[in-house]
Formats: sequence, C-alpha cells, structure tokens
Amino acid sequence: MNERPPALLVLEDGTSFRGWSFGASGTTVGEAVFTTGMTGYEEVLTDPSYRAQIVTMTVPHVGNYGLNPAHRESDRLQVAGFVVREAARRPSSWTSQGDLVGALVAEGVVAIEGVDTRRLTRHLRSAGAMRAAISTEVLEVDALVAQARSAPDMLGRELVSEVTTGQPWVIRPEGPVRARVAALDLGLKRSMLRGLTEQGLEVHVLPAATSADELRALGVEGLFLSNGPGDPATVQGPIATTRSVLGELPVFGICLGSQLLGHALGGSTYKLPFGHRGANQPVLRRHDGRVEITSHNHGFAVDPSSLGEVVGPGVHQHEQLGPVLISHVNLNDDVCEGLVLREAPAFSVQYHPEAAPGPHDAWHLFARFAALIDLVRSGRGRSVLDLDRAG
Amino acid sequence: MPRRTDLSTVLVIGSGPIVIGQAAEFDYSGTQACAALRREGLRVVLVNSNPATIMTDPDVADVTYVEPLDLPTLVAIIERERPDALLATLGGQTALNLAVALDEAGVLAANGVELLGVDAEAIRTAEDRQRFKDAMTGIGLESPRSRLVADVETGLAVADELGFPLVLRPSFTLGGAGGGIARDRAELSSLLARGLADSPVGEVLVEESVLGWKEFELEVMRDQGDDCVLVCSIENLDPMGVHTGDSITVAPAQTLSDPELQRMRDAAFAVLRRIGVATGGANVQFAVDPRTGRQLVIEMNPRVSRSSALASKATGYPIAAIAALLAIGYRLHELVNGVTGTTPVSFEPSLDYVVVKVPRFAFEKFPSADTTLTTTMRSVGEAMAFGSTFREALNKALRSREDGGSGFGSRAWRWATTGDVELEAELVRPHPDRLDVVAESLRRGWGMERVAAATAFDPWFVDQFERLIERHGELVAAGSLTSLDDGLLRESKREGISDAHLAELLATDETAVRAHRLARDVRIAHRTVDTCAAEFEARTPYHYGTYGGEDEVVHDGRRSVVVLGSGPNRIGQGVEFDNCCVHAVQTLSRGGWRTVMVNCNPETVSTDHDVADVLYFEPLTLEDVLAVCDRERPVGVLVQFGGQTPLALAEGLQRAGVPILGTPPDAIDAAEDRGRFGASMEALGLTMPEGAIAHDVDEGVAIARRIGLPVLVRPSYVLGGRAMRLVERRDALERELEAAFSVGGGGVLVDRFLEDAIELDVDAVFDGTSLLVGGILEHIEEAGVHSGDSASVTPPVTLSAAQEVEVRRATLGIARALGVVGLINVQFALKGETLFCLEANPRASRTVPFLSKTTGIPLAGMAALVAAGSRLGELVRDGVLAGVIADPDLDDVLLPVVRGHVAVKEAVLPFGRFAGTDPVLGPEMRSTGEVMGIAAAFGDAFARSQAAAGAPLPQRGRVFVSVADRDKRAIVLPAARLVELGFALVATPGTARVLHRAGIAAETAGKVSEGDDSIVRLLSDGSVGLVLNTPYGSDARGDGAVLRTAALAAGVPCITTIAGIRAAIQGIEAERAGSRTVRSLQEHLGRVAPQGRP
Ligand SMILES: Nc1ncnc2c1ncn2[C@@H]1O[C@H](COP(=O)(O)OP(=O)(O)O)[C@@H](O)[C@H]1O
Ligand SMILES: Nc1ncnc2c1ncn2[C@@H]1O[C@H](COP(=O)(O)OP(=O)(O)O)[C@@H](O)[C@H]1O
Ligand SMILES: [Mg+2]
Ligand SMILES: [Mg+2]
Repeated sequence: MNERPPALLVLEDGTSFRGWSFGASGTTVGEAVFTTGMTGYEEVLTDPSYRAQIVTMTVPHVGNYGLNPAHRESDRLQVAGFVVREAARRPSSWTSQGDLVGALVAEGVVAIEGVDTRRLTRHLRSAGAMRAAISTEVLEVDALVAQARSAPDMLGRELVSEVTTGQPWVIRPEGPVRARVAALDLGLKRSMLRGLTEQGLEVHVLPAATSADELRALGVEGLFLSNGPGDPATVQGPIATTRSVLGELPVFGICLGSQLLGHALGGSTYKLPFGHRGANQPVLRRHDGRVEITSHNHGFAVDPSSLGEVVGPGVHQHEQLGPVLISHVNLNDDVCEGLVLREAPAFSVQYHPEAAPGPHDAWHLFARFAALIDLVRSGRGRSVLDLDRAG
Repeated sequence: MPRRTDLSTVLVIGSGPIVIGQAAEFDYSGTQACAALRREGLRVVLVNSNPATIMTDPDVADVTYVEPLDLPTLVAIIERERPDALLATLGGQTALNLAVALDEAGVLAANGVELLGVDAEAIRTAEDRQRFKDAMTGIGLESPRSRLVADVETGLAVADELGFPLVLRPSFTLGGAGGGIARDRAELSSLLARGLADSPVGEVLVEESVLGWKEFELEVMRDQGDDCVLVCSIENLDPMGVHTGDSITVAPAQTLSDPELQRMRDAAFAVLRRIGVATGGANVQFAVDPRTGRQLVIEMNPRVSRSSALASKATGYPIAAIAALLAIGYRLHELVNGVTGTTPVSFEPSLDYVVVKVPRFAFEKFPSADTTLTTTMRSVGEAMAFGSTFREALNKALRSREDGGSGFGSRAWRWATTGDVELEAELVRPHPDRLDVVAESLRRGWGMERVAAATAFDPWFVDQFERLIERHGELVAAGSLTSLDDGLLRESKREGISDAHLAELLATDETAVRAHRLARDVRIAHRTVDTCAAEFEARTPYHYGTYGGEDEVVHDGRRSVVVLGSGPNRIGQGVEFDNCCVHAVQTLSRGGWRTVMVNCNPETVSTDHDVADVLYFEPLTLEDVLAVCDRERPVGVLVQFGGQTPLALAEGLQRAGVPILGTPPDAIDAAEDRGRFGASMEALGLTMPEGAIAHDVDEGVAIARRIGLPVLVRPSYVLGGRAMRLVERRDALERELEAAFSVGGGGVLVDRFLEDAIELDVDAVFDGTSLLVGGILEHIEEAGVHSGDSASVTPPVTLSAAQEVEVRRATLGIARALGVVGLINVQFALKGETLFCLEANPRASRTVPFLSKTTGIPLAGMAALVAAGSRLGELVRDGVLAGVIADPDLDDVLLPVVRGHVAVKEAVLPFGRFAGTDPVLGPEMRSTGEVMGIAAAFGDAFARSQAAAGAPLPQRGRVFVSVADRDKRAIVLPAARLVELGFALVATPGTARVLHRAGIAAETAGKVSEGDDSIVRLLSDGSVGLVLNTPYGSDARGDGAVLRTAALAAGVPCITTIAGIRAAIQGIEAERAGSRTVRSLQEHLGRVAPQGRP
C-alpha cells in the first residue's frame, strides 16, 4: 500500500480529489491550472509565472529523471501547489542530482499524487481555471473548499512584486559585448537571459519598479520585458516605463512582457477560460506563413480590438507610433500571440521562445532582437519589418 | 498552399506479402493513404501482391493490381496507367527499393512520373548506410564509428581497427535482415558473408557496438513549407542490440529530461532536412549513453514504418493519411485534426497516459533456432496497450500477448527452480521471456541496482517492475479474497493486475475475483484517446480502459454489435483475420448498426479509429471484453472473425450473460471436439481419416498400431497445426506423442495420414438454410503440407465437376449438422476417388480474404449480416449480395458467378531469419504471409504467384526433374517442351531412363536417399533454376524433403505436382511471350471492361 500520508485537493466549485502527499505537509491555496507538456517539470516548478498557481501535470509520471540545478528557471520552486498522477519513487538519469519529493519538502511546496489528473483537466477545461486548495491536514471537503474560496482571484491580482529582483544586477555575454540592454524582471526565467547573452548582449536586470529615467541613465540600447505572474493590468509601473521608451528604444517582450506592450500601446488584456499551458501549441507567423510549435504559459492575452482602429487585416492604427500588427496567432484558437510595430522598433510574443520547457522553434527571436538593435543603431531602419525586407 | 492541381493519377506501391519486419502496419498505412487521396479527388492506382490486405479490396483504390512487386510489372503498370506521380513511402522497404530501381532504370523519367514525398536521391542517402553517416557528420551529428564493406576480408581488417563486439548492418534491408552482432573473427566472417548476400547492393556496415545504450525513436513529419512536428517519442525498454521490432517499447519516452528530448527533436528535424524528406513522415532512431547522455544517430527511415503505425495508434495522430496529403501539396496547418475537429494537425500530440508495446514471438515453431534476441528482427507480431501508468499499460500489454501469461510476473514461477547462476545468465541474455526472469530475480530480492546492471534496462523501469513485485507480495500476504483489503484491491487494479493474475496470487478463480470486485464497484472506466491530453474536446470514439478513472464514453443509443479482433499477429493467425473483422464491421455499419471493435494489435486496419463506429483498444481477455460489453450493452458479440482468439472467449462471455451472435458456442465445440465431430460426420455418411483421441501416450501408441503408420499426431484445440507432427516410423511415435501432450490443450489426436492425397479448402457462409460457397481451393502441394503453407489454386484445376459437387454437398451437410450461422471453413483431402473430411472450422479462415478477392463476393461481410439475423435469400433480393447464382446441382446452395480467371495463392516463409532450422514444409504451419497470382490461365497465374513470392520461374538454365512412377509417362511432354524452350535437364535415374527412351537429353544425378547429394550442390551453387519433383509416397518423401530444403534455401522454385509442372511451363511460355502484361482486379471481377491483351 502507499506509505505516503493522505492528501486532499478541492476546487472552489466543490469538486474534490483524494490522493497522497508527496511534498511538504500543510495547506495551500491558489489558481488550479494544467500544463500538457510531457517533459520539463523542473522548469515548470521554478517558473515565476506559475506563482500562486496550483499546477497539474497531465503527463502521468513525474520526477522520472530527478532534478538538476541547471534546469531551474529561477532560484526557488515557484508554484503554490503541485498535482500529479504519480511521482517517481526512484529517479534515474545521468543528469540527476536530487529528487523531486526531496525538493518539494525542502522548499515547502504542498503536492498531491494519485489524482485522476485527466478528470481534473477535463473539469478545468469545461468549467475554466478556478481557485483550489490542497491539504495534508484538512481532509474534510467542505472545510477545504471554504479555504479555496478564501483565496484571492487571479483576475486583478498583482504578483510581480513577489518575484522581481530586489536589486539591479548585470550579466555579461561570454564574448565581446554587442550591445547593452535592460531587462525588466517581472519574473524573469533564466533561459531568457541565456537567449539574450548568447547574442552578445550585456543584460542589466532591473526591478519591476524601475522608471524610464533610471533606465535611460544606464545608457542601454534596448529594453527587454520578461514573463511574469498575475494580471497584466495590475503591472502599471512597468507599463508606464515601457510606454515612455516606446519608439525611442528597441523593445522586445515575452509573455507578460507582450501583454505589457499591449497595455503600453493603449490596449487591454483579458483572461482566457483556462489559458494555454504546454509545449505543443501551433503559432502562425503572419509575415511568412510559417508555423512554430511553441511553449506556452499564459492565462491572459492581448485583446486586438483594444489596439485602436483597424486599418487592415490584423493591423491597428496607433496615433503616435503608427500601425500595430498582430504578428502571430495561435492556430488552435486564434488568440493573439505576438505584436509588431511597423514604424517603431518594438515587437513581442505571447509564447516562450526561450522554451524551457519546450521546443526551440522560436529561439531565433533573441537574434531578431539583437539584429533590431543593430539596425536602429545603424540608422538603416526602425522596425523588425525592415529586417525582414533586408532578409 | 493548398493541394497541387497538376496531379490527377497517383500510383501507390504496397509492401507485398507479410514477412517478419514488414507486416500488417503497411496495410493500415496504405489503406488510410489511399482513402485520403481519393477524398481529394485523385485517381489512385495501387499495386500490391498481397490478397489478404484490406488495401487490395477492389473499392479501396480506383485501380488495383494484385501483381508481383517487381520491375517488369511496375513498368507495365506505369505504361498502362500513365500516373502523374508515384507515392512509395507507404509500402515499406519494398516500395522504397522499387522506387529506386524504377528511377535507376529511367522508367520514371521516361514516363514523366514524379516521386512524391522523397526523391530517389533522398532514399539512397537514407538507406545507404555509409552515405547516411557522411550526411550526419556533415550536419554535426554523431553516429557510431564504422566502415562500409563489400567483402569479408575488408570486414576482418575493420575488426582490427574497431575491435569486438561489432554490429553488422546491411544496406537497403528491413527488419535488420542479414544483420547481427559479431563477438569474434569467426562470427564476423560467417555473419558478414550472410549480410553481404542479404543486402540488395551487397554492402554491410561494420560498426562499433554501443550495446547496452538506451534506444529511442522519434516519429516526425515535415511539410513542403519546411514546418516540422514531432508526433511521438518512443523509448525502448530493451537497450541497443535488440531490434526495435523485438523490443518492448514505451510512449512517450519516460526517462529523457526536457533539454535532452529537445536536443533529440532538433537533431531529428535536422536529419529530415539533410536527407531531403521533402514531405511526409519519417522515423529517426537514436542511441543514448546512459552514463553521459551522449546521443548518436542510428538510422532514419524516410517513410511510414511499423513505429509510425504504433505512434499513430498511440497518439490518435494518423501519420499515413497526413503524409499522403502533405505529399500532394498541403501544409500541416491546412489540415484539420479529425479528433478535435477544430484544431490543425500542425501540433505535437500530448499523451496523458502511457502506451506499451510488447512483441510476440514464434520460436516454438522453430525449435532449433537460438532464442537470443539480436539486431535481426524475429518477432512475428505485437500487442499494444494503454494505461494510466506504465505499470497498468505493461500489465495490459502482457495479457494482450496471449502467451499464457496474465500479467507481469505471472510466469515467473517457471524460473522458480532455476539456480542463481543460470538465472543471472538469463537476465543478461536478451530473449523473449526476459521479463519473467526479471520478475523472478526481483522476487529473490536481487534488487533494482543488480537487475538494472544485468539487463541494461533503465533503473526507472526496473523500479516500476519492483513496485509490482512488492504489490504481488502484499497480495500473497493478504492470503485470500475475503481477507483482502479494499484499498489494496483498488491499488492493484489501478496497477493493471488482471483478475486472472489476482486469482493466482489469492489462490482463487477469476470469476470469484470479478464478483468480489464488482460487489465493491471496482470497475474499468473507458477514456478517450484525444491527441491533446484533454485540452480540447475529442469527437472520435477511440477508447481505452483504466481502473480508477472517469468514464467518457457517450452511447448514441443505437443497437450495437461488438466484433472481437484477432489480437497480435502470429503464424497461423495474421492479417487475414483482421481483414475479415474489418469487413464485418464495415458491412454492419452500412447496415445501420453501431459497430464496436475490440482489438489490441497496433498494426491493423481494424484498430484505425475510422473503421468501426467505436474502437476499444483493449486486451482480448474476458475481463476487458466484459467491461466493454457492460459499457456498450450490445445486442450481441461476433466471435467468428478474429480466428481462434475470440472463439476461446465465446463460452466465458455466454456464461457471463453476453449473447453470442452467429454460430453458438456449443456448435463451435461440436466442431472442435474430435469425438462429437466424428459422430456427426458418421451420421452424415462422410469419411474422415481413421483416427481417435488419445489421453495418454500408451493409448496413442495403441491407436497408431490399430490404424497403422504413417499417422499424424497433434494436440486438439490448436491453430496453424501447432505441434502437429507426421510420424512415419514406430520408434519416433512415443517421442512425438509426448511432445504433443506437453503442448497441452487436453487430448492428442492420432490420425491416419493420407498419402499423396489432394487437399481442398472450402469457405462458405450458412444461414441455417442456404449455403453460399465462396469457392474451393485446391492445394498444389499434397496433403500433409499445412493448408497455410501450401500453394493453392481456385477454381480447382484437377477436380471433376462431379467431385466439386460432392465437395459442396458435403460442406452443406456439415454446416447443417453443426448448426453454423455465419462462416465455415472445411478442409478435405481427396485420395483416389474418396473424399475425406479433415476438419471443419466454424469461423473465418485464412483463405476467406483470398477467395473474396478472386470472386468479388465479400464473404466476411455477408457472414456478419447473416450472424446478425439476415438470410442469404433476403440479401440477394435486396441486392446486398450480388454476383451469385443458384447451384445448378444442389438445392439451397449459392455460387459466385464464374469469372474467366484463375488465382493462385503462394505462401511466404521466414526460414531465412531462423538460422539452423530445416525448412521442410509439414503439417505445422510456418509461413508468415501469402501472395496471389491472378490471370486468365493457370500457368500464367502460377508464374505470377512464384514471382510475387520472390522465386520467379527461370527463363533459361538447368531444370531438375524427378517424378513418381505414376507420373513418369505424364512428364515426357512437359520435359520435351522444356528442352524446346532451351532448358537443360537433370534427372534422377528412373526419370532419366524414361526421358532418354523418349529421346530427350538429360544428365543423370543420383538419389539423395542413395547417398548422392550432387543435386543439392547443383542447387546451392545456383546452377539449377527450377525443381520439378512429384513425391513418391512415404519411402521417398525423404528425397523430396531434402530437395525442397535445398531449393528453398537457394530460393529456387520447386514444383511438386504434374499440374504444377504444366503450370510452370505455361508460366514460362507466358513470360516468354514478351514483357509482362497486367490486368486490374476490377477488370478481372468484371467491374470495368477489360482493356487490351490480358
Ligand atoms: N552500433 C550499434 N550497436 C549496437 N546496436 C546497434 C547498433 N546499430 C544498430 N543497433 C541495433 O540494431 C537494430 C537494427 O538496426 P537498424 O539499423 O535500425 O535496422 P533496421 O533498418 O532493420 O531497423 C537497432 O534497433 C539497434 O537496436
Ligand atoms: N489425415 C491427414 N492426412 C494427411 N494430411 C493431413 C491429415 N490431417 C491433416 N493433414 C494436414 O495437416 C494440415 C493441418 O491440419 P489442420 O487440421 O488443418 O490443422 P489446423 O486446424 O491447425 O490448421 C492440413 O492442412 C493437412 O495438410
Ligand atoms: Mg531500425
Ligand atoms: Mg531501417
């Protein structure tokens, strides 16, 4: 029989699942979401974007290849809780330096295994992401449901301040410095820094609250907007900072960063019923008709209709900055997955070119950012579209 | 970019007969692709020599050629049909190699035929081992160090450089044919010699071994816009050194971290692009060093494969259909995922379950072959299963294999008395029963580390095994059902431990376990295979069972019928039965039924989720089938189409209250129980070979003494003549009887062996009153060669009209006496003027698809309707059954209208892969597949069947003649004709004398039985191209056997009847008459007017 202590998972609508604890003991609340990626539990657990979320892996066996510090996306486990069908008893891999259960206990993450994760996923798919609770102490459904309901709603929730860096810090590329850029840390994943430095960029990682002037003072030639947790509408500081440098500095945003660009352009974001989380999402590149299989982790998205007057298919007019293009769309549900300014040096994607976990199809976007910076410096162009024209 | 508009006719090449390494999966892929292309309005021309396939059914392609897969035939077809393009990536290695041949012969260029998907250059780069490696190095991917050699000397030199062990990998072969592992110089030279011979281009890669590394396969696709997707990752439990086809495999990969998997994915796409797979699917194999994670590329197959079929079934992503559509210009994102109906196929399936595939072997039929698994594939089939965890999937896959096991560890007891030293050795040695040894070792407490080290299985998997062994321990400790804790019961079921296995562990019986379980509401829930881990709603009714899950099946309330499939392919029960199941399902669906398919064989068409209205991919065991019946509440279950597998379930189902449609279980018993069957034969006044059932060896000896030798000895209740032996000498009797008893299955039948009798096979449908005779097959080999192994012809060539009537009358009588409702197969032997009935099988038989193909009458479909309650009369009246006439000589009998063609079925045998076995044909079936030769005249049809089977009739050279006395006169004219045709004759003394007297020149070669083996040498050195040998009866069967052996070994056609000899000569003349001419099945069946000269 399973020697692990019993645990209970409930959703705010009363749905419940019994299983066994394989992490810290205690009670945790958060937004229940699922990810369909079949590998990468280490990256998922340490991705700050999963802040305050109880994450369900749809893949049944989790923890098989243990843990390796090199696979971490931040310095701590970020999820509010973890739900799997079955946790590995004995991890096995030449890369493994620790096991999942040990880390969950050590870092205080409440986790439940033995759950019918497919039933949970189908429920969230139809009823939408909702608040949930896992407990090893409260094993009585109604009592735990009450606690789940007491959790704050993700809509309108600000979480960036919990994950952003306290102090600015700098990371330099291996070789010569091609350019110096600022990265607003809204919950920055490490592999994004890898993507930037690989392009010879010296990256100044800055607290979310950094103002535009502080940023200019650093003499950076570009601004990178990272991923991060929570409701983008609540991240007003970074939105203002972005707005004020738009058109002046090349800007590249990923995930939350893309949503901030949307807001900075005067647009708005909305909450998806259950979000996109996984490593298999097809995204169409409008400009060349190619499809990238991409890694996703977002519960909100930019509402294209909020981006001002439509002046062409997927093109909206911005008073000062000119045309804004919906550059990428998700082929599953037509959600806006990327923005490009035609006359200003700014672009963003809603998905994760840095992958980790997931396919590398969009890794080239970091090179695109570096190239855009060169282009602007050379004065031979202003927008990524000029890059495409140049070929 | 939508589909190309410049294509109208596409030629598709099938994979030919079922052989090890190339089986039903290509019927599945090909059928799917043909359908996809036709939906696009393209005219599909198909060529495949295999009549047992669904693919070659006359309405799958627009034009179907059941013709030999060789250059002359393809040229004839191309010149006749003028296709715009050739799609060669669906017919396995056979089609790829033919495409290359056509390209090199300039045929494609000359006829303006475009190769779709991959061009010849790409195929060469992928299949030529050396070019492939160079290409890999070119794109910075590693592969093992190696040299391509064309002769043994060079090979030995390479050994000095790379050291032993070495792995040999011939170019352009399939299923690792001719490959192997050489541990020393001796092994190297012998293996290399064979490998060089097996490679069509005489090249073998001699390679540094990475035995024991982890092996992975990625199934990937690419479209013309250069977009690529990874459909499925497959991890082999068995490490490098065991062919992927012989390995237990798992999807998705379980032990790769995300960075490792993504690196492999990037590499796979790079390979696709470099090799030049313009569009379509491919399979890329990797080896991973478990100590360092170093990844090596092993090979890439630029086509659909066994693994891609597996991946399609495991994910719900139809690779073959999509590959076909990509080939005609579509982009991945332009095609809709049929499962969700809303999302495109440009995505990567996500699995929220685990899939395990286990191979099925047939070593029991090749007793002298070494069972050590190597790089040459030798499994003959496979079973696949879904589970919520690896353990559940593994247990289900193992019980799906039908090898007597009921789950992991259930057969470990066989090793209980084996000493530790030997057990360790069996743990290290890869062989079919290694998991049993793993279970026993863990039971002995050897522990994960030791077992992992010995097997080179990944520790994660060994831990899974250990968890099961621990569970068994808890169950045994529980002692009995009554003292079994409900929690433990639930956990055990969730781990896939079957009722049968629980019963063994708790010392009770399966029925008791089921009752106990149901009383506690512990039931199977059925989930949907949806390609997307539940992210989107699925429309396809493609299900698998799991314990402790949520049920997802929606029943539309229509009256449903369950059709049980035939499980893993095995010798004696192969694709023919799947063909029957598919016909049953399709016909009933058209008849308005909700058809429910249950099967566990990933290679098949029946497990394509588009075939039946509902598909349950489940083991064919009582537990799993009853769960399906609980869910579907069918009007009844059809057990007569899937061969012996469903028949074995019939009684249990009935006892559990599930109605059986068609022939009732009691009638099945009446046919299979020798005693009861004999009685009804007597009542009908039909003769059976004298014989009786023995319950012990002494009784067997007594029976044999009474009826006299030679006798046939076999266990009752077996298929494919399993363990059936011909005993001609008294001293062999005990041994053979003991052997037969050891196979089990109750008593042993001892029958008088009918010497040089003509064997006949009849397939018919009976509705209680009238009988539809599908046709009579006359065997070309004499009785004693298993019906599945002997060549046969329909309509019969040597039977008189009166004899045919007698056969039909007997069949009608038997069907009536047994109370058959549906299909019946009867085997007769005609000895002199007496007709003997050998056996009757109240089920679909191996020959049903063949007869249906030659007559155009879908026997299985009609049988399904009859079993579901229709009368043949009604079916004719309603035009459902067309092309039949009333038997002019018998009441209540319907016959197919006579067509102007003859069809010959020839068997294909796997002896090449079982070194050390003596390839003499006997009553135990050993062929893996069949081909059909169809033409206006017997000779022509025969010649085509020989060519299709890979042993074409010679056009010149030496012919060996040796005939029985009764045939001596009859041989003169054919012999003279051969000389006219320019052949030189060699004959045994007796035959030579007759020829000389008739003034026909012939060398003389002594009889093997008299110590002269010159003929054997002539055969093996290839200086004889054809053997004409009619057996003399028992005394000289010895000679015939040796000849046949040598002929088979040398790939020389061997003809054993005067009819066959005449046939062969006609065949040779037909070939002489000029380039091969072809005629489509649709023309043969009168669906379209015949064009030009046949
Ligand atoms: N260098 C090697 N060392 C050890 N095993 C090998 C090596 N190369 C191939 N194998 C084994 O041989 C099997 C068959 O080789 P492969 O080239 O895939 O033949 P096929 O083309 O018939 O699939 C592989 O599945 C793998 O297990
Ligand atoms: N009495 C007999 N005399 C000669 N040959 C026989 C006799 N009985 C069976 N055979 C041969 O053995 C083969 C296998 O027997 P069969 O009853 O068909 O086994 P299975 O039902 O397993 O296929 C037959 O095809 C036939 O060639
Ligand atoms: Mg292979
Ligand atoms: Mg191959």
